[in-house]
Amino acid sequence: MSAATHEAHKVAKENKKAISRRDMRTGILFTAPALIILAIFVFYPAVKTFLTSLTTDRINRSGKFVGLDNYLKLFQNQDFWTDIKNTLVYAVLYAPIVVIVALAFALLLNRKDLKFVGFFRTCMFLPFVISLTVAAIAWQFILSPSLGLVPYWFQQLTGVAHLNLLGTRETAMATIVFITVWKNFGYFMVIFLAGLQGISQELYEAASLDGASAWQKFRYITLPALRPTFNYVVIFGLIGSFQVFDQVFILTSGGPDRATETIVYRIYTEAFGNGKLGYASALSYVLLIMTLIVGLIQLYTNAKHEKEEIA
Amino acid sequence: MSAATKTASSESLEEMNARINEENARLRKKATTRRRIGLFWSYFALVLITILMVFPLIIVLLVSFTPNAVTQTWPPKVIPSAFTLENYTSLFQRLPVGREMLNTVVFAGVVTIVSVFFDSLAAYGLSRVDFKGRGLLLGVLIATMMIPGMALLIPVYKLLAGMGLVNSYWGIIIPRMADVGGIFLLRQFFISIPKDLDNAARIDGAGEFRIFAQIILPNAIPAILTVGMFNFMGNWNDLLWPLIMTSKPETRTITAGLAMLTGHGSSVTPYGVVMAGALFPLCLCWWCSSSCKSDSLKALP
Repeated sequence: MSAATHEAHKVAKENKKAISRRDMRTGILFTAPALIILAIFVFYPAVKTFLTSLTTDRINRSGKFVGLDNYLKLFQNQDFWTDIKNTLVYAVLYAPIVVIVALAFALLLNRKDLKFVGFFRTCMFLPFVISLTVAAIAWQFILSPSLGLVPYWFQQLTGVAHLNLLGTRETAMATIVFITVWKNFGYFMVIFLAGLQGISQELYEAASLDGASAWQKFRYITLPALRPTFNYVVIFGLIGSFQVFDQVFILTSGGPDRATETIVYRIYTEAFGNGKLGYASALSYVLLIMTLIVGLIQLYTNAKHEKEEIA
Repeated sequence: MSAATKTASSESLEEMNARINEENARLRKKATTRRRIGLFWSYFALVLITILMVFPLIIVLLVSFTPNAVTQTWPPKVIPSAFTLENYTSLFQRLPVGREMLNTVVFAGVVTIVSVFFDSLAAYGLSRVDFKGRGLLLGVLIATMMIPGMALLIPVYKLLAGMGLVNSYWGIIIPRMADVGGIFLLRQFFISIPKDLDNAARIDGAGEFRIFAQIILPNAIPAILTVGMFNFMGNWNDLLWPLIMTSKPETRTITAGLAMLTGHGSSVTPYGVVMAGALFPLCLCWWCSSSCKSDSLKALP
């Protein structure tokens, strides 16, 4: 009897082992193709970028090991701080504006008595579908001081000729933010709209019976229900805005006078224009660390909110 | 006496009823008026934003049919005074448009198909198979999601240059064949598919790959369309990556070609030609997104 139990235990144990071995094999087989690609083109480069940032490598020949010299050079360079400032200014302007505009129009489109919702939604989504390159070229034409409609209209209205929004230090970055919001908010709006449609109507009816105002309904029903959507939108908006490149490349080339030069644009010019790979790698690592910090803050606040909601 | 009181009170009751009704009607009317005013402003805002959204795209369309000489004159007009097709002929002379379009379709198409396949395989492994180290792997992948791709361009470029893959289809396609965002979105969706389905299939003797291909994939079509659509659009519209990896028209994509055409900061941009070129990717992308948007947006968070 006890021998039989023992035997059964042994068989069960071996079965378990076999199953876990089989699971291991299946797990590896299924994840392998993606993991191999990621290992070669993400994990390895992440390490390699750091190693390169410690050297004076150039695009066509390798240099020597210089330790943290590139970083020291970076931190002493005024232009580097300008790039950081520009990137942060862009992110701080872009992310909240795109979220607020998207939410506002999602709320508008969510009205039950509205007609042509599909038409409006498609029109707002349209610029998101085209490439940033095309959008930037179109706006460059419209804003062009010698050809564009906007400077012309501005002249008719105020008498000031040759309004140069993209060529003026004070307005260049704001204009780039405007164009990017114009292009992207439709996407975030559609996501918000999906979130809004998931909120049960009964909640609003109950609140109305209790005499809640429109603002209270928004504050205590809509916003909490949209929290997951909010998290998604904010993190993608922020991380995306650290990587702004296309608009700058086409619209201003970082000018005027470095007023729109962002980190990624600088990485591009240093690495592929000046060929200074070591220096550009150090810049890349600064960008990577900035992004990681934002990501971690986001993860942390997410976890905190989830805990609060459970408690 | 008592009867008189009764009639008086019933009269006042009726009066009261009438008053209440009147008040109600007034309030309802007020609410309706307020709702109508709100509705009016909603339409107003929506029409304004729609004009703002569509206006630049209409300008692109108009300029592409306007002779360059007309485009380059001051004052600019919304409706051009002349019509021409020369921008299109000039575009085809300046850029190998056909070849660049083909390159873009091959690049974005192959990347989308392969990466959606690899992503869903990985998502299956990470959501359905309970293997050792899965938690760790998930953590590593979450961290990967935060690494900006831009920061890794240099070693990736050198690696591919070392393999002689710069200016080749392989060079622009292979590094894009898996993406962490796609893996996560699909994994999230796979988790929501009941496990009883695959257990039933397992009892019937189906292998893991068969469960993946015949149970999970068909149930995850909205998520797969979403990931596929964003993947395709992202790669189709990408500028920096093809700009760095391709320098010859044989492999250059249309976005990179157009960016070269703007003359990069110089003021002599042939806008008519550029706009004509811009319309090609625009139309294809619009068609592609409108044909699968309705289905795919259901899977968004």
